[in-house]
Amino acid sequence: MTKNFIKPYGDTLNDGKVQLSFTLPIDHSVLGDEAAKKLALDMGLFDPSVVHSEALSEGFSYYVLYGSIKHQVDLNSIKVVEVESDVMTKEEVENYIKAHFDKEIVIVGASTGTDAHTVGIDAIMNMKGYNGNYGLERYKGIKAINLGGQVDNEKLLEEAVKHKADVILISQTVTQKDVHIQNLTSFIELLEAEHLRDQFIVIIGGPRISHSLAKELGFDAGFGPKKYAFDVASFAVTALYNKKMTSH
Amino acid sequence: MSKLNLNTDQITQSKIYARQIADDVMSFIDKHTTVAVERSILRLLGIDGVNEFQVPYVNVVVDHIRNKADLSKGVCHYMSYALKNYELSPTEIAIKVSNDELDLSIYKDIGKNTDLDLIMPYFLNTIEKIEKMTQKRIEEIEKTPKKSTPHKYVIVATGNIYEDIKQAISAAKKGADIIAVIRSTGQSLLDYVPYGATTVGFGGTYATQENFRLMRKALDQVSKEEKRYIRLVNYASGLCMPEIAAMGAIERLDIMLNDSLYGIIFRDINMKRTFIDQYFSRVLSAFAKITINTGEDNYLTTSDAFDHAHTVIASQMINEQFAKLAYMDESLMGLGHAYEISPEIENSFLYELAQAELSRTLFPNAPLKYMPPTKHMTGNIFMGMVQNALFNITAVTSKQDIHLLGMLTEAIHTPFMSDRALALDNAAYIEKAFKNFGDEISYNPDGIINKRAQSVLEQAFHLLKEIKEEGLFRTLEKGTFAGISRHENQGKGLDGVYLKDADYQNPVLDYLLNRLKEEQQ
Repeated sequence: MTKNFIKPYGDTLNDGKVQLSFTLPIDHSVLGDEAAKKLALDMGLFDPSVVHSEALSEGFSYYVLYGSIKHQVDLNSIKVVEVESDVMTKEEVENYIKAHFDKEIVIVGASTGTDAHTVGIDAIMNMKGYNGNYGLERYKGIKAINLGGQVDNEKLLEEAVKHKADVILISQTVTQKDVHIQNLTSFIELLEAEHLRDQFIVIIGGPRISHSLAKELGFDAGFGPKKYAFDVASFAVTALYNKKMTSH
Repeated sequence: MSKLNLNTDQITQSKIYARQIADDVMSFIDKHTTVAVERSILRLLGIDGVNEFQVPYVNVVVDHIRNKADLSKGVCHYMSYALKNYELSPTEIAIKVSNDELDLSIYKDIGKNTDLDLIMPYFLNTIEKIEKMTQKRIEEIEKTPKKSTPHKYVIVATGNIYEDIKQAISAAKKGADIIAVIRSTGQSLLDYVPYGATTVGFGGTYATQENFRLMRKALDQVSKEEKRYIRLVNYASGLCMPEIAAMGAIERLDIMLNDSLYGIIFRDINMKRTFIDQYFSRVLSAFAKITINTGEDNYLTTSDAFDHAHTVIASQMINEQFAKLAYMDESLMGLGHAYEISPEIENSFLYELAQAELSRTLFPNAPLKYMPPTKHMTGNIFMGMVQNALFNITAVTSKQDIHLLGMLTEAIHTPFMSDRALALDNAAYIEKAFKNFGDEISYNPDGIINKRAQSVLEQAFHLLKEIKEEGLFRTLEKGTFAGISRHENQGKGLDGVYLKDADYQNPVLDYLLNRLKEEQQ
């Protein structure tokens, strides 16, 4: 296969210009500047220059650098995992449900674990939605149950069973030291331990979630930033229908 | 002196409605106590520490009375008799109860103890400690150069108190005036206060008395070096609201998040429980001159900031009256609001300024707490800096007081040290550049800002009228705030609510109220 190499673009093709910033746990000094530059060289940057550096406090200093990256990437060598469903509008989703299902689709969602941020789950589920895109609550043919924030995995599963959910949505907004990964993994483990994995379509979302991460962790789909209720709904109804057809 | 042309009759009437709403809840509060209030009373008697199972002694004693006797008489009933019968201190009594060597239920059926001579000195001893701390704060603030611009507030949230201290020192040296130590998420739902220094937690570490002490000590040191008093913030909220207020008063915290409405709506804490808890914690904070912060800003992370701006104003008015019922001075009422209107809306800056000026006008003596954009932060950190800059301009122009700095990495991760430093640089630049901007400008009487402010006031006025007619409990059930509905007999902590017995007594509350009433005269 032919290769298709690219590099970051500053103002000239293949100049490889990148910007980065970081803190070093030492006092602000010439040594710090040189250390920052050395790190950039080791990261594969040609001609790194520290364009700004300053003290943050005793023992800590901050660096902003530019450089030209020596690496390039072959686009043809990358396999992209994207959610494979045709994106439908709210009305199209509603018609799809009407045409393919004889009962309401129940979707239970929550921001789980220690995450108290409900911005994400609210944007997808609540009536109002986000950025002019209505949430699932407003979809005809969908019963959306938003459990809110800081919901335990066990509690989420219990509610999903109680409401006979078809789809479970999990949102993870703010995360510290990758606790969201741990939390998401343990939900899948819980489903498997209870032999309930096949009962639900399980979808995750959040600013640091991608579809490939979701698949890797054992979920049906993952939605990152700039995705709305119709994206999630399109996937959910299609996946549910496919599941129904294959199980028959 | 307001720059807005508001309907002053509507302001007056709105505040009357808010008072009636608060009075209605207060008549319920007066008749009840809770496990948390009773544990706070034990803390004020000087009881601290945990038993071998890590259960705080205050919990041991309250649970002992709940299970074996009758908590509706209040812990003072049992403790005052026990002090008379044994030559032991309250702490020694608690330890003996924990070891099953002493049974307080023997006092269950005897009448009210009118002799409080033995118990009062223990309370007065703690109160003296609190007063010393209050006095120290007053002296330190007097030594701090006065400024007319907002106080810059940043958070630390590493989940480890020792790491938090490093971050706090760094922030203070970079110009922060106020440091908030974020609690571990989930602490609000614990019905006990963890003990000792902690190095674990999610999104923060636990609020414990030892953590308070460690952070206060570190900030006192950096205050000395910086020659300005650095204020410390934590959360007197959740199921242990009044206990944490007591701990904060003893360890000289300066600001406490303290808002039942927040707990009810966002943490599903039972409304009866938390209103009773809030009253005792506000009395304590009023006495210790601790500024409270309320959480109206959070409504706007769930509801739309443009359409529901009036719910914030209505809630601020109710919170103001709850604070007044606790004899709190207006200078301690850090009522909350936020910059959360979508950047997609044309003239969003004008609407934000209108809202900020409206809050400023309605509560002229309150140190308003102003929260940065969070809902519409996208992960584009460069755009985020601009959004925060507009927020900072609004804060300085409309003279907000407690200015929570926005982080460019909001919605990505808990702040890095450099995120905080960049936020402080952004705010310091605008503070300097816009220092007297607010004094220089006036608003077109028929312009967008004036019209918007009056329309939000009018909506708040109608909402308060409606709440007054329905009662606050019913309003919460309807989901008026943040679109979330809560029922008065649901939520966490309801089983810790007790109707006071005719023989119930709380002499420390009476003492604090008397002192506060004297001060107000």
